[in-house]
Amino acid sequence: MRRLILGILGCGLLLGVWYLAVDVLALGRFGSLPPLAEVLTEWTSHEPAYGTSLFTHNYYADIWISVRRVLEAFVLAVVLGVPLGLAIGWSRRFRELTFPVLELIRPIPILAWVPLAILMFPRGEQPVIFLTFLSAFFVMTLNTLLGVQSVDRDLVRAARSLGASPRDVLRTVIMPGALPYVTTGMKIAIGVSWFSLVAGEMVAGQSGLGYLINSSYATVRYPTIVIGMLTLGIVGFATSAAIGALTGRLAPHRTRAAAA
Amino acid sequence: MNAASLQIEDVAKSYRNQSGELVALSSCSIEIAPEELHVIVGPSGCGKTTLLNAVAGFQGIDGGLIRLGGETLCTAERPAEPGADRVVVFQHSTLFPWRTVLDNVTYGPVIQGRRSRAEARSLARERLSQAGLAGLEDRYPAELSSGAQRRVEIVRALVNEPRVLLLDEPFRGMDQITRDLMHEALLELYDRARPTVLFITHDIEEAVFLGSRVTAMSARPGRVKATIEIDLPRPREAGLRASARFNELLADVLSLVHDEASRAFVAGDREAA
Repeated sequence: MRRLILGILGCGLLLGVWYLAVDVLALGRFGSLPPLAEVLTEWTSHEPAYGTSLFTHNYYADIWISVRRVLEAFVLAVVLGVPLGLAIGWSRRFRELTFPVLELIRPIPILAWVPLAILMFPRGEQPVIFLTFLSAFFVMTLNTLLGVQSVDRDLVRAARSLGASPRDVLRTVIMPGALPYVTTGMKIAIGVSWFSLVAGEMVAGQSGLGYLINSSYATVRYPTIVIGMLTLGIVGFATSAAIGALTGRLAPHRTRAAAA
Repeated sequence: MNAASLQIEDVAKSYRNQSGELVALSSCSIEIAPEELHVIVGPSGCGKTTLLNAVAGFQGIDGGLIRLGGETLCTAERPAEPGADRVVVFQHSTLFPWRTVLDNVTYGPVIQGRRSRAEARSLARERLSQAGLAGLEDRYPAELSSGAQRRVEIVRALVNEPRVLLLDEPFRGMDQITRDLMHEALLELYDRARPTVLFITHDIEEAVFLGSRVTAMSARPGRVKATIEIDLPRPREAGLRASARFNELLADVLSLVHDEASRAFVAGDREAA
């Protein structure tokens, strides 16, 4: 309860500072930003001056297309990244073959991939989803690998001495042992997905919240920029919370031990 | 029952590192009879864990032979695979933290396909309650005391009816009071199931209280110094520690181990596990 009240108070403080600095005092450079009152009026207007509000169809279309892209890319990253991380962690030979490649590609910023993404996928959804996928994929692969490496070697030995085959060990020791790192990876991955999505939509998209922000700047619809930003914050927070709730169910021994 | 003899014949093992070759075991021979609780005691670096790992199938040997129940288990050319006929209990807990106590105990029989899940569960419940652990079945290991964790782990091992049970300093790091209680709990399980046990420790009192026979090992190279028969009656109870015979045997083993430890101490050898 106290957490909720303080949380709301913190958000209120931010809006208060914004209102004071922009609307009331127009302090220096803050003066050129969209005022709070104008943004709120626009956001809640039935007939928004710049065409985007809670009551327009295109607002929800942009949210939906961004959410869909993030989820598609995220699911793809988990489905491909987790098995790859398991394989790299499990097989020494495979690790020696692939890990250097991974470490060389991973530091390349996602924006540097934009031209290749457009060359490879000239149209539509694909370049944006590819960019979003790529960043989440590295997070998932690497976190799964770390998870495999975090498993106590004596747990593997204990399982073997209880009669488990190497394949049993992978299924009953390595996979559950790596799970905490995988779920942490998922929480990080959903965050970087939004980051790359907006970058992708700004340079290669024709729709979505990133595109809305960028095109509003180009067409001088400044309050719409802020509406897009705040919406990204809310939707991003909601997806992270959903992933957190989902992954929390996967490890009952952790939540119970924490409660004890 | 399943208890088998274990014969260690002339086993040798060396490790290589930057400073050259370190001889962990050299012409090491020990014979353990079926149903015997055999304790190997020795200073750090005497190769006792190396020996246990070779029997368990975690490490190979460079020379010699190990037999289990009369059959060759491993040689230098043919290392053993780990298996449920030689279950190991380690120094620290290796209970699977994501499995409940019950699911930890059923792990072995189910993964080997020896029992159905339902059978394994009822067997596990029975064994846990015999060990005084009834009521903990649905807890996770992190919710148990270290003493209860250890006992669950020993039950998890015994439920497989191993031909030899391998205990690698299982009570190391416990306080004296808990440890004494663990000794009695272990002996109770041992007297009930009568497995062959190879128990490794550097605690002499523990060795004498538990063992049917105690083998003292020397360090650098690891070699058998002597084996002493512990002629104390079973079942053994805490009061035994005050008896004259117990203390005589304690002094015997102590003198064997002390010579070795002080030799290594003076030589300034780095301790190795």
